[in-house]
Amino acid sequence: MSVTDTAKPKTAPGPALIYNPRVRGFVYQALLLAAIAFLFWEAASNAFENLARAKIASGFGFWHNTAGFDISQHLIDYSTTSTYGRAFWVGLLNTLVVAVLGIVFATVLGFIIGIARLSTNWLVARLAAVYVEVIRNLPLLLQLLFWYNAVLKVLPEMRDSLLLPGGGFLNNRGLFLPQPVFKEGVGLVLAALAVAVVVSVAYHFFAKRRQVQTGQQSPVLRVTLALVFGLPLLALLLTGFPVDFLYPEKGRFNIRGGMEVLPEFMALLFGLVIYTAAFIAEVVRAGIMAVPKGQAEAAYSLGLRPGPTLRLVVIPQAMRVIVPPLTSQYLNLTKNSSLAVAIGYPDLVQIFAGTVLNQTGQAVEVVVITMGVYLTISLVTSMLMNLYNRRVALTER
Amino acid sequence: MSDIATITDTRLAFVRTKPFDPLPPPIVNSGAIGWLRQNLFSSALNILLTAFCVLMIAWLGPPLVKFLIIDAVWDGASRADCIATPQRPEVGACWAFVIERLGFFTYGFYPADQRWRVDVFFVLLAFGIGWITWLDAPRRDLGMIYFFIVVPLLSFFLLVGLPVLGLPYVSTAQWGGILVTIVVAWVGIVVSLPFGVLLALGRRSRMPVVRMASVIFIEFVRGVPLITVLFMASVMLPLFVPEHLTPDKLLRALIGVALFASAYMAEVVRAGLQAIPKGQYEAAMAVGLSYWQAMRLIVLPQALKITIPNIVNTYIGLFKDTTLVFIVGIFDFLKTIEAARGDVNWAAPTTSITGYAFAAMFYFVFCYAMSRYARYVEHRLRAGDRR
Repeated sequence: MSVTDTAKPKTAPGPALIYNPRVRGFVYQALLLAAIAFLFWEAASNAFENLARAKIASGFGFWHNTAGFDISQHLIDYSTTSTYGRAFWVGLLNTLVVAVLGIVFATVLGFIIGIARLSTNWLVARLAAVYVEVIRNLPLLLQLLFWYNAVLKVLPEMRDSLLLPGGGFLNNRGLFLPQPVFKEGVGLVLAALAVAVVVSVAYHFFAKRRQVQTGQQSPVLRVTLALVFGLPLLALLLTGFPVDFLYPEKGRFNIRGGMEVLPEFMALLFGLVIYTAAFIAEVVRAGIMAVPKGQAEAAYSLGLRPGPTLRLVVIPQAMRVIVPPLTSQYLNLTKNSSLAVAIGYPDLVQIFAGTVLNQTGQAVEVVVITMGVYLTISLVTSMLMNLYNRRVALTER
Repeated sequence: MSDIATITDTRLAFVRTKPFDPLPPPIVNSGAIGWLRQNLFSSALNILLTAFCVLMIAWLGPPLVKFLIIDAVWDGASRADCIATPQRPEVGACWAFVIERLGFFTYGFYPADQRWRVDVFFVLLAFGIGWITWLDAPRRDLGMIYFFIVVPLLSFFLLVGLPVLGLPYVSTAQWGGILVTIVVAWVGIVVSLPFGVLLALGRRSRMPVVRMASVIFIEFVRGVPLITVLFMASVMLPLFVPEHLTPDKLLRALIGVALFASAYMAEVVRAGLQAIPKGQYEAAMAVGLSYWQAMRLIVLPQALKITIPNIVNTYIGLFKDTTLVFIVGIFDFLKTIEAARGDVNWAAPTTSITGYAFAAMFYFVFCYAMSRYARYVEHRLRAGDRR
């Protein structure tokens, strides 16, 4: 492992071949390559032998075989007669749903707690610190088991369901919410929303250009809010509320209608959000503290009020520090959602690396596909991250 | 001058010759009240927030204390002691359950007459940890050898057994509880540091094959969840080795954890290596040290020293992640809690929560101690920089 390539003039008598860093480097690399190749070859030949002995099929033929098991939560059509391939997509969607919702809630909670830790209010800062210290130092799996077994599973039974305001029910079999049913005319509302978004974006660019040319600022935020909420609301009023709610109805032993949220899903979401929020809070705190105090003071001395100072000076600089570790927290959350297997939420790992693996016995294919999914998510995210970093770096001196 | 003096004497009745005594500071800005005003009630928003926090503490605090201590059951022999009765309508945490099953939580199914071996292992380990974490301890180099080489060898024979010396063989299937948690965490710690250093050096190597191999390994392991690595170790590993060499279940999990921890450690060490100024490498080369000499004597000592806080933080993550071996069927501490929780003999409404509370305290004590230590080292290192 040489650090330098000492290129000597050709005329000088070179050292013995064994002391030539280039030759040595070449030999080391060849040896490493040979060792890796040997390991792979050995593993593959053993695997073929073991699989043949155990009479386990190999290849991806199982993808189109009938799965024959049921899945408690499926966002796309699925039944026991569906294929393993279909089960894979169901599991992947379930993983993505919990990851996306988890990321949204964990970001909100994490920013609130991170800012609370920097609050001038002693009590608020202390409470936030206690939250972060306690949650970060407990294993996520323990927290998930706690939420699932000690909180959600001891809720009242179906018969004595808790009635929630707005017509929902909560019991130990899950959360039952009213389901929105869209009638004719809802298209107009969606169209109004789309128009609002397009106009807002256009207004944003217009305001920016105007500020560059004339120095005058426009109330972008207020106009955007008014458009995005106002237009759809107006459309709703004009079409006479084309949305109905299908309320869950309580029977003796079960609840009919409405939307059912599994307790496994809730436990996983609670656990992931509460756990990741503690880490995001630390990221946010570190990011804000990384902005030198002089930046805010300089803004005050120029006459900016605290609000604009925070919005225009501190936050843009803090975001540069916050975003990379924040993304890695998002990735962690996505990867941690695989702990679903411990509480029985049908995510990718539970369905695929659990049930499908046990039924087919094709460990290599199943584990490789599962790992491939997570690896793809990770690599795509870090690629986007690098793009973002390059964009941010451009504005630096 | 004399004019003024005469005016003073005749026209004005009184002129102070000494200044007033200073007034006491306004009570609203100093002392306890000032502190309260400044820190809790400085604005309308802050008053609201303070009220909210006080309400939250009042809502959560007393019931928690009541449940964990006041209403708790401290001794008993079965579920009957932890169930609410008309005489005692409020039953809190069932500590009797934890106390009765403490042996199970600590040793799992380790034979009762052999449990002293586990105790000796804990003592050996605690001694080693004390030696290398105490920064001013004598002969810390010997401590490193003791912790990374002597203890692993000794405890292997101690825990697995050496019939020649009268230590009967104990199958790893009988291991469990805190013993397994500590073994998994500690194997991860001992293996991940050297492997992490090698991978980090490989990633910064100029040889493309070495660099690519390191990068692929590190990014691959860091890109997938630990569970899938454990699945791979437990279901794929037996396929990849000849049948007679199939490692036992615990060893497979240990391999998975060690691989995973090494990849994370590699990135931590790499950050430390990057923080060492280039001049250090160049100076080492200038005095004629070989690559390995330069690394061992110049670069790594500095890089590892500034990385200690991050290394300890990685160990905290590793310690928490040991709970995941539960999913591939290893009887770690959390799994013993889960098993004991379902015991019919102790089936009471508060048993589960008590078990989880106990587990939470165990993990919190270890992780919090580690994070305090990391912060202490960080502080000490910064003191060196301040000079």
